[in-house]
Amino acid sequence: MRGKKGPFNGSVDCSTEKMSKDIRKGGFITTTFNSLLGWGRKFSLFQYPFITACCGMEYMSVACAHYDLDRFGMGWTRFTPRQADMLLVVGTITHKEAPVLRTVYEQMTEPKWVVAFGACAVSGGIYDNYAVVQGIDRIIPVDVYIPGCPPRPETILNALIKLQEKIQKEGHDWKWKRKK
Amino acid sequence: MEKKKIIEDLQQKFPDSMLSATEQFGDDIVLIRKEALLDIIDFLKGDHYAFTMLLDLTCVDYLGEAERYEMVYHLFSLANKIRLRLKVRLTERNLRIDSLTPIFKNANWLEREAFDMFGVSFVGHPYLRRLFMYEGFEGHPLRKDYPLRKQQPKIPLRN
Repeated sequence: MRGKKGPFNGSVDCSTEKMSKDIRKGGFITTTFNSLLGWGRKFSLFQYPFITACCGMEYMSVACAHYDLDRFGMGWTRFTPRQADMLLVVGTITHKEAPVLRTVYEQMTEPKWVVAFGACAVSGGIYDNYAVVQGIDRIIPVDVYIPGCPPRPETILNALIKLQEKIQKEGHDWKWKRKK
Repeated sequence: MEKKKIIEDLQQKFPDSMLSATEQFGDDIVLIRKEALLDIIDFLKGDHYAFTMLLDLTCVDYLGEAERYEMVYHLFSLANKIRLRLKVRLTERNLRIDSLTPIFKNANWLEREAFDMFGVSFVGHPYLRRLFMYEGFEGHPLRKDYPLRKQQPKIPLRN
């Protein structure tokens, strides 16, 4: 077992083989409640895809069998924001649509995380004009930014694993709130 | 069907309204007076040429010219497989033109788009309201004098 804190100490690798060996020998695991919550939450991210543009194609390939998000514990797509933990903003957000996106964000229950997916969601992309919001962080807080037009599936997987690391490390409140 | 025939016919029927006729990429382009727009399109849609399809209707802003705006109508004849482009010049002071909605149903949304983006008023349109931009948006964004990066957010931005 690595360190005194046990397997839930912020590492992605939980070394289950060694863990189960220790438990079979009559051992036990110690951890903090916070890192246990983080471990549970990072591997059960229910996603809500808010797809408005061509990045959606890339999202589909990531979410479906070729790249398979489900390997990382975030395969379950929810089609209501009230059941989702992770908001994927995939594509261009216009000023006309901005109130909709903010409503969707506000409908999600805590704890929640937001991913800006692709150049348009990150910064407005090539659309520097009258219609397009210059990055969704002008409307809602964002946890992970994924650049690319559109991003490669590997980039997306990398970003989502980074989000998992972030969730593992951050402070959790067991009253279903995210500590500020 | 002879293409040259259309121009000749139009010149015969509407001698005062035809301003110029050119050709580009094999399609005729006719510049007409705005007063005769409905009559000419009605004639073209009739049985002889059967331009029964309004492919598109749009506006161009030539900032700095005396007749600043140009309406462009793309017509297509399904029976004869020919295209025709009608153009009408409008001045900024009198930015009004007859609506095509009595002749083509699909002109409804196309004209709403042109109104939204350029501010052209269509006389006789049943429901002339913005199509793309939202309530409270000021100005017409595709005009050349609309500031390039001017944004009008619907909700307050965070930073």
